[in-house]
Amino acid sequence: MVAHNFRHAFFCAVITLIIAWPILGFKLVAEGTQITVNGASAFTWIAVAVAAFIVFLFQLFRDRIMGGLGGLAELNPMADREPMPQEKRVRLENIGLGVLIAIALFWPFFVSRGSVDLATLVLIYIMLALGLNVVVGLAGLLDLGYVAFYAVGAYTFALLSNYWGISFWMALPIGGLMAALFGLVLGFPVLRLRGDYLAIVTLGFGEIIRILLNNWTSVTGGPNGIGGIPDPTLFGMEFGRRVKEEGNTSFHETFGIAYAGEHKVIFLYLIALVLAIITAFAIRRLMRMPVGRSWEALREDEIAARSLGLSRTGVKLSAFTIGAFFAGFAGTVFASKQGFISPESFVFLESAIILAIVVLGGMGSQMGVILAAIAVTILPELAREFAEYRMLIFGAAMVLMMVWRPQGLLPMRRRQIKLKAET
Amino acid sequence: MLLLEDVHTHYGKIEALHGVSLEVKQGEIVSLIGANGAGKTTLLMTVCGNPQATSGRVLLEGRDITRLPTADIMRSGISIVPEGRRVFSGLTVEENLFMGGFFNSRTDNQKGIEHVYELFPRLKEREHQRAGTMSGGEQQMLAIGRALMSRPRMMILDEPSLGLAPLVIKQIFEIIGQLREEGITVFLVEQNANQALQLADRGYVLETGRIRLHDTGSNLLANPDVQAAYLGG
Ligand SMILES: Nc1ncnc2c1ncn2[C@@H]1O[C@H](COP(=O)(O)OP(=O)(O)OP(=O)(O)O)[C@@H](O)[C@H]1O
Ligand SMILES: [Mg+2]
Repeated sequence: MVAHNFRHAFFCAVITLIIAWPILGFKLVAEGTQITVNGASAFTWIAVAVAAFIVFLFQLFRDRIMGGLGGLAELNPMADREPMPQEKRVRLENIGLGVLIAIALFWPFFVSRGSVDLATLVLIYIMLALGLNVVVGLAGLLDLGYVAFYAVGAYTFALLSNYWGISFWMALPIGGLMAALFGLVLGFPVLRLRGDYLAIVTLGFGEIIRILLNNWTSVTGGPNGIGGIPDPTLFGMEFGRRVKEEGNTSFHETFGIAYAGEHKVIFLYLIALVLAIITAFAIRRLMRMPVGRSWEALREDEIAARSLGLSRTGVKLSAFTIGAFFAGFAGTVFASKQGFISPESFVFLESAIILAIVVLGGMGSQMGVILAAIAVTILPELAREFAEYRMLIFGAAMVLMMVWRPQGLLPMRRRQIKLKAET
Repeated sequence: MLLLEDVHTHYGKIEALHGVSLEVKQGEIVSLIGANGAGKTTLLMTVCGNPQATSGRVLLEGRDITRLPTADIMRSGISIVPEGRRVFSGLTVEENLFMGGFFNSRTDNQKGIEHVYELFPRLKEREHQRAGTMSGGEQQMLAIGRALMSRPRMMILDEPSLGLAPLVIKQIFEIIGQLREEGITVFLVEQNANQALQLADRGYVLETGRIRLHDTGSNLLANPDVQAAYLGG
């Protein structure tokens, strides 16, 4: 076994050297207008050699090490327990959800402004991931340009408020519908595509939207973005120190309390929370309706689904449209939270992160997606201390995670459809 | 019931069916036999509108369905058990059946499922098992059951005996015979010519995209050419 791995391990070590050599081995030093290339310090060289040696050892004993990692799966207490009976599981899940929501409603009043802000971001990602979960997890359509719909939602609100002074509450449904419309429009050309081809076309679509926003300077402001996006109001009460819009009152004056910046942050958080809950419940319902089952049938076997009279067009378009709608929601909240948006916020990396959340969470499972959204958003923040190694740690965590639970945090256990004795 | 008139079907530039005409009458079992690549599956898929015939007509109960989209065809009283079964492997048996009756009411589906379980008691035992974990024979039963759920007047089966043990094949053919008793018209594609022709009222022999022979099932069985080519001498 070890002998068999030897060549492979040697090869990997050489590759490590080849990659590390030019990147770490030379330093460019600017002296006036001249740039000179210096060799790195002896320490760096030793470090590179040690790293190559570690790679060599790891690959040599790969089977044993990965075997040990595989054992991690057994450490996981939930791994090989009998699945709970469905009724019990549903009940437990409902109780868990209730407790979670109650905590989520009250904790912002006890924590710092920064944490509430971060939590709002987590909720936005939850909305996005739940929406993408419909497309990728349920309908099985790999969409790499999902961020485009998020951008459409955000820009719809930004432009509406900028040009016509439309408020958050009006813009929220419009943003969702605009994104849904874009989902529908994208859906048509990609109907015939599957798998990798679909992924590439959606990726292109995401980039087109971003580039359009970037270059259509006269309307979108291009790379400068759009600022001054208003905060949401509560029944006509504004959360700023001074009232900006005529006819509105201010929150702290109405209630006779001192002005505090936290009010606005918490209010936004609560809006995001309510919207995330609505998203989760709406999609849960959809999953149990015929349209949800047709998504799954299409994912499982397109030919069989069509042979039963399901229309591929209808099923795919509904998945794209509904997924996009919730991204539009999330985009509107995001625009309001930031107060300023630019194409920078809607790069491919965002699509990749949302997709990572869906995969990590276990395709199709809502609880899993929610947990993964929390983990993926908070982990890089926690790792901030490690400065530039932050993304490295993030990547390592993902790899470990996939080794540990290849099927995701909470793989989807589908709720069975019972025909008998159910109302 | 089903009528094909001079049907040509292309895959891109390649013509797979060179003018096929055949008829399946109400209440019959008609078998279509032919070697690998003769175009049997292509013929069935043409009936379903995927791919559509490039020329000629397909009539179902007198209605021209040649240009209808697949979804519409599949909702007009015809159902297919596709080649290779194609059950939804991640779904349970019950859910698979439920998908078969997607456009029916809940009460209709309850009756339908009970009926399928009567035909295939084996499926009842495995109600909550994932379809993908079942044996080939069980999956074939499920595929037939699923096709029955839409209460079709006509059922098309593409090689239901593919890869099954003789005993299971016998069982499947018995069920197909039973479908006729229930008034379902059956159009059966088979490699297993012997059993298919025994069961059939009439049979067609397809050779490289053309109908070569057409006769009653028993006459085809007795035909020396058929015996040589499809019955192993
Ligand atoms: N999607 C396709 N694209 C191009 N050619 C195809 C396609 N499907 C089938 N063909 C070709 O059409 C011809 C008929 O194929 P078909 O699948 O109908 O044969 P068959 O009689 O069902 O064979 P078998 O008994 O092996 O299932 C073959 O030459 C095949 O290569
Ligand atoms: Mg075939």
